[in-house]
Amino acid sequence: MGALSIGIGGAAGDGLARCGDILARTGTRLGLHAYAYNSYQSVIRGGHIWLTLRMGEDKVRSHGDHLNLLIALNQDTLERHAPQVEAGGWIVYAADRLTCPERLPGKDVNLLGMPVKELLKPLGKVPPVMQNSVLVGAAAHLLGLDPAVLEGVTGDIYAGKPVEVIAHNVDATRAGHAHARQHTAALNTGWAFSRTARPFLTGNQAMALGALAAGCKFYAAYPMTPVSNILHYLAAHGPDFGMVVKQCEDEIAVIHTAIGAGYAGVRAMCATSGGGFALMSEAVGFAGMIEAPVVIVEGQRAGPSTGVPTKTEQGDLNQVFGASQGDYPRAILAPVDTADAFGSVAEAFNLAERFQMPVIVMSDLALAEHYETVEHTDLDWDMPIDRGERVDDVAEADGYLRYRLTPSGVSPRALPGTPRAAHIAASDEHDEAGILLSDVFASPPMRRKMHEKRMRKLEAVAAQLPPPERYGASRPEVLLIGWGSTGGVIREAVDLLSERGVVAGQMQVKYLLPFPTGAMLEAIDTARRTVVVENNLTGQFARYLRAETGHRAHGLVLRYDGEPFTPGYIAERAQAVLTGRSQPLALSEGEARECAYHYIRSRLGDMAWPATLRRVGEHVYGEPAWEARLEGRDDGHDMGLLVIGADTGAVLALHHPIPRTQEAAHGHA
Amino acid sequence: MATLELPIETYDGPVDPDWCPACGDFGVLKALKQAAGSLGIRPDDMLVVSGIGCSSNLPGFIHAYGVHGLHGRAVPLATGAHLANTDLTVVITGGDGDGYGIGLGHMLHAMRRNLNLTYVVMNNQVYGLTTGQASPTTGLEVVTKSTPRGNPELPLNPLAMALAAGCGYVARGFSGDVAQMAGLIAGGMRHRGFALVDVFSPCVTYNHLNTYPYFRERVYKLEEAGHDPADLAAAMRAAGESERLPTGLFYQVERPSYADREPALADGPPVKRPIKGNGDAFRSLIAAMC
Repeated sequence: MGALSIGIGGAAGDGLARCGDILARTGTRLGLHAYAYNSYQSVIRGGHIWLTLRMGEDKVRSHGDHLNLLIALNQDTLERHAPQVEAGGWIVYAADRLTCPERLPGKDVNLLGMPVKELLKPLGKVPPVMQNSVLVGAAAHLLGLDPAVLEGVTGDIYAGKPVEVIAHNVDATRAGHAHARQHTAALNTGWAFSRTARPFLTGNQAMALGALAAGCKFYAAYPMTPVSNILHYLAAHGPDFGMVVKQCEDEIAVIHTAIGAGYAGVRAMCATSGGGFALMSEAVGFAGMIEAPVVIVEGQRAGPSTGVPTKTEQGDLNQVFGASQGDYPRAILAPVDTADAFGSVAEAFNLAERFQMPVIVMSDLALAEHYETVEHTDLDWDMPIDRGERVDDVAEADGYLRYRLTPSGVSPRALPGTPRAAHIAASDEHDEAGILLSDVFASPPMRRKMHEKRMRKLEAVAAQLPPPERYGASRPEVLLIGWGSTGGVIREAVDLLSERGVVAGQMQVKYLLPFPTGAMLEAIDTARRTVVVENNLTGQFARYLRAETGHRAHGLVLRYDGEPFTPGYIAERAQAVLTGRSQPLALSEGEARECAYHYIRSRLGDMAWPATLRRVGEHVYGEPAWEARLEGRDDGHDMGLLVIGADTGAVLALHHPIPRTQEAAHGHA
Repeated sequence: MATLELPIETYDGPVDPDWCPACGDFGVLKALKQAAGSLGIRPDDMLVVSGIGCSSNLPGFIHAYGVHGLHGRAVPLATGAHLANTDLTVVITGGDGDGYGIGLGHMLHAMRRNLNLTYVVMNNQVYGLTTGQASPTTGLEVVTKSTPRGNPELPLNPLAMALAAGCGYVARGFSGDVAQMAGLIAGGMRHRGFALVDVFSPCVTYNHLNTYPYFRERVYKLEEAGHDPADLAAAMRAAGESERLPTGLFYQVERPSYADREPALADGPPVKRPIKGNGDAFRSLIAAMC
């Protein structure tokens, strides 16, 4: 069997992340590949959190389209996700706390209701969150995970907690595992379990490790989702590597401290999201002007404005290209997966120092926060380091020119402190010595030559960058073109299309600037149709591709609801492009259900849930609509009909039910 | 002025300043050179960082390493350079618009962090480079190009602000007294932590109110008035004076600087350490992810 998907749902504060962590690490320690994506909301408690963990023997590159095993930590999760479990799958929940309505699970879906209270009784008085460990134990049995490894991982995950907390959790997983084994057989996964553990980490962690391996000695940040975890990780571990980690008062200070440190001679990095990058943008051009190396991570999230702070998007391309006034040299890299996130940061430092310029690494929430197994060799401590041309001393007689006009555009750098090389690095245009071209010392030709010198550096950058990675058929019927973090999911979409008989290929662009125009044109020529796949509303990359190559993609697969792509989503829409079908923008049934949940949660509390949905034609409400039948959580009583416009998404009506007393009176009449 | 360890010519810059003749900033440039000379700081070990404005052009007129930064951003730029190489003597030079206007937020945080930086603000109470608009220290009801009907805003009191922000070295100089100012700047450079030296530096072109004679009539020296720089309350009272204008060292207190508390600096400046860190520490981080 291939990869299996495990969904864990609950409210914030339910301890869901730990459940996922324990299961995933048990699997990865046993040699499985894993990929985990957490849909969460920016709240401390409450709200619905949904974690998808996909594991298998082969490399897993996305969280997928399937659900084989559901672990429900609350009623909400059962209601929302039980219908998604596929045939042969399992639903694991605390049977003494939750009820799974019979009509929810599909055909051949198995229920494993755990007597949690009874199983926990031997442990004495334990907090309710201990149910998680029981359910994890049961799920581990279904997946055929070695209980000894599970217990070891549980102990590691709770390391640092009081001894009895660790012991209770280990006991609870053991009890859950034993009970499940007594009552059902494990799934036939066919997994051989090589027991060779791979690192399981997020894109943020990969970038932080990349910075450490690259010898970065200065990291500055202002807290902002989705990159705050780079700050946390480096604040914890950076000092062990001689790295100064500085939280600043705002992003303007962040980038300037990083540029100051880079100018002074250390490798310096900062990270932010779109809003913070907007504040940084003037300084990006400043770094280009004074030719100071700096690495900037831009972890995109759903914009504009504060947007959807905890959801993903690839919507900042226009901003990053447009950052800062004037023309200046810079490189923009967008790592294509977790392993590449490590290497890209390391590469960014080499480019930044060799060419003395800002290098921007574009990530997004999906890459930054999802966990994925990578190979040990992907995280190479001994990566090459290129610090660029430097001057360490200047003879008495030789004048040093910081901005010497050279054929390559690169002028050897003297760090402050270098004997006899004092100079000024100026934000204003300047001459070779750094003297400002002010009103007094105006010089149009010097301005021209200095401007050309800086921009000339990009020719060498372009020449050394490898072409984009190609995957799939060499002469595809459809070439999927993506950029950045979608490398893995588009590759899985190509495989899915191939299974469906569509000859598909992939071109994943990592180097956005300088743009690989020649390689892109060659790739485009091999394909009958091109489809650009990106996580934004307007197709920002598709427009850029057209500007750089003159090629207009035959179709776009876009997503901008805050969720990352899945292979099925891409494949289905790419096929629609091939057959000339337009993609409807109307709400799907699943989306209508989520709209109903949002309405209920924000207006009616937790009293009701949308038990059934029915689509009605436009003759009733003026547009096609979804009618959601609301039922009481407690006893299933009728709480009315919520009508949501399928086209607009508007709440068109909330029909209240006939009050029960009145109903009873009618009954008697 | 104390004897110079290095002659003042050591710091002569590549070009002469393009300031207006008699600009107060000439006095500051001279005082800065004297201060550096008195401490014997080699030009190669000194970094002068500025933002944008007439006074922010100073790094171009002194022989030392310099960064001419963006408007208002000298403090974070200097912060990064300082933390990367704590062996450098880092001085920030700029004006009241740059430091107390657009860059004020950075300055306040640098003060409470006690970063080892000396900030000399050439306070001329007007925007000079942009030809005469009101600045954060322009007086109430003063007419400028941007306040033709009189400035409706109260001026900022930079010294009181610095004292409130926890700045450990607060001083005021006057361009008409280079020797006193040089001593104050040198004191700031010696001070372990953030030092603010606010300077009355008249703009002879766009400020016809706060002129040399205006200040000469009003200034008096705190050190001659029996002021105790260890007395915060007395410093706050002196900062509040508006009829007579005290100059000199208002306040000084010694506490550990930011660098003293930074664990990553325990083994010396990051720029002087090997590029590669601890491979074993890296491998144990990877092991923790398995």
